[in-house]
Amino acid sequence: MAFKTEHFMLNVGPQHPSTHGVFRMRFTLDGEVIVDLEPIFGYLHRGIEKLAEDRTYTQNIPFTDRLDYLASMTSNQAYCMAVEKLAGITVPERAEYIRVIMSELQRIASHLAGIGFFLQDLGAFMTPLLYMFREREKIVDLFDMVCGQRLNYNYLRFGGLSQDIPPEFIPALKKLVNALPGFIDEYDRLISENEVFLVRTKGVGILSREMAISSAAAGPVLRGSDVNWDIRKSNPYSVYDRFEFDIPVAKTGDSFDRYWVRLQEMRQSVRIIEQAIEQLPEGDVQAKVSRLLKPPAGDAYVSIEGPKGEIGFYLVSDGSVKPYRWRVRPPCFINLTTLRDIIIGWKVADAMVIFGSIDIVLGEVDR
Amino acid sequence: MTMPLIGSDALSYAEALPPDWPGSFWAHIFFWVILLILFITVIVLLFTWLERRWLGRLQIRPGPNRAGPFGLLQPIADVFKLLLKEDIVPDKADKWVHWLAPVVALAPALLVFAVIPFQDGALLADLNIGILFILAVSSMVVIGVFMAGWGSSNKYSLLGAMRTIAQEISYEIPLVLSIVGVIIISGTLSLNEMVKAQQDVAFIFVQPLGFIIYITAALAEVARTPFDLIEADSELVAGFHTEYSGMKFALFFLVEYAETLAVAAIATTLFLGGWQGPFLPPWMWFIIKLFAVFMFIIWVRGTLPRLRIDQVMGFAWKFLLPLALINVVITGVEVLAWPDAPLLALGIINLVVAAVLVLLMSKLFKLGGGRVPV
Repeated sequence: MAFKTEHFMLNVGPQHPSTHGVFRMRFTLDGEVIVDLEPIFGYLHRGIEKLAEDRTYTQNIPFTDRLDYLASMTSNQAYCMAVEKLAGITVPERAEYIRVIMSELQRIASHLAGIGFFLQDLGAFMTPLLYMFREREKIVDLFDMVCGQRLNYNYLRFGGLSQDIPPEFIPALKKLVNALPGFIDEYDRLISENEVFLVRTKGVGILSREMAISSAAAGPVLRGSDVNWDIRKSNPYSVYDRFEFDIPVAKTGDSFDRYWVRLQEMRQSVRIIEQAIEQLPEGDVQAKVSRLLKPPAGDAYVSIEGPKGEIGFYLVSDGSVKPYRWRVRPPCFINLTTLRDIIIGWKVADAMVIFGSIDIVLGEVDR
Repeated sequence: MTMPLIGSDALSYAEALPPDWPGSFWAHIFFWVILLILFITVIVLLFTWLERRWLGRLQIRPGPNRAGPFGLLQPIADVFKLLLKEDIVPDKADKWVHWLAPVVALAPALLVFAVIPFQDGALLADLNIGILFILAVSSMVVIGVFMAGWGSSNKYSLLGAMRTIAQEISYEIPLVLSIVGVIIISGTLSLNEMVKAQQDVAFIFVQPLGFIIYITAALAEVARTPFDLIEADSELVAGFHTEYSGMKFALFFLVEYAETLAVAAIATTLFLGGWQGPFLPPWMWFIIKLFAVFMFIIWVRGTLPRLRIDQVMGFAWKFLLPLALINVVITGVEVLAWPDAPLLALGIINLVVAAVLVLLMSKLFKLGGGRVPV
């Protein structure tokens, strides 16, 4: 005998503990099972892309901090590289190495926060999050040392950096880099073999290889789905071709794999930083660039491998001090488009896990 | 000493009182009711403080340390805050159900303590069916929780309430069965007698499997991690008490902690030897064990993520229930076949059996999947 049941609508967000900001999901539920999902966003829309058209190139660097505020350095880098390509500026080698160190540190920091919040969504009450933040805090301290900021760094400039690293930076960095593998092993031990964690994430929210490619997903979300694609390897920018590192790729594309890829990427980032410290040359950190930059008319697109995926900037210049068009390729937003397809059929509890495993930052989704 | 039910025969009850307790029946009741309510309130306040401090330590942070020495006044500050808060009743809520729910939930949570012995004979009512009374009364909390979920007319609350019903009724069964082993060995239903039976060996060593099942099922009963999906904060905001504020919320908070306290007290009484212990006075042993169990519960909370509702149900029916049934059968056979066995010998046999069974079941038992085609 079949009961007569009705679907009902559950509105999650925009103010909800696990929407990582102001994201809203409208579920249609059959009991606890999700029948349909309508993601609604834009609550944090600030019109950054339009605002940027009315400011000079340099004034726009702080905007890139405010896209993915957990990974400001890589946004900085992508934007600066786009402008450098547009204006034909070459960056001194020392600055390139420091940029690599910064963006790899940023990748670790972002993944730490991502994994921490993912486990928070799983219901592990704050403990993993605070353990992750213990290390993230040390990285943030290093950023504070170089640019005086802990969240929105605004550290990179066209043709280099705003300032050279202080002398006490490298010893502090070495200390951290020596300690980090131990901590990553600790997380691996504590999390990756936890039964409850495994039953909640293995096989949950599978993003198939085809869907991952066709939806243009990037970063750990793509590499969790058995696609070996990392711009640092496939199209090496900056000085990435001088380092030895592996691209972790997982097979099934479930929530666990996305977590696992993040964890392994942190190890690889540590490897890159170690090599970068070894090779770090002396010299200038800032090329000669005019204060009021007027790139020649034309356009440029540069994308780099951010922690959350491929972050790209498309700039069109009309030869004036302001960009004619300023457009971001936001990895979080594009990864988020896969959400509806992988969430349907799972329960409300899984929805938070899958959503957390995509690891978005609303500042970048809504821009 | 076996007691008649309260009120059925007041005179004989008063005669049977220990000589050092206040004489008359009503004085006894009055004294104990006041004492228990004070005890529960104070311990709950201490528990909230301890939970936050201990959880803080687990999470490499200090925890509340501003109000008073070691933050000891923090619970009091919280109580004042909750007292002063506005009491909001949603427009569409069923006013009476919404209003009654915390009270309905609180009463059984407090009633449980009527039969728990603090030391030999020191309890409100030494019922000869004490453990049955506890099981019957404690499962009534569900009614209050469901009333809260239903009466709030909020979808999060309703989902939380639905989960409550499913989870708490399912875990009731392994919970009861895990206790049966203790009842078989001690041969009594009175909690005081059970504690006395643990003179030499605490039942945790005689019934290891029973203890594991009990503590797991009890965590689910009181909705503690990893079974806290009733109020899963990352999914359902606050579950059934989403729409409660002020003192009503405080009452639910009290219920939650009183239930946890009850679980700790029952675990202490049934498995950890209750008030038995050397050197210190018995009641102090009771409280020490109480806090030890509670700290274990917080430790679990600080460690594990949450299970999903179908996994929680599967765990109760497919893992805990068979184990509990096997445990009852094995204990029964042991007691029948070897009636005057030393408890320690039984304990060693049971420990081996428990280890084998748990390992075997964990190999056979698989949770997974969970996707429903739509």
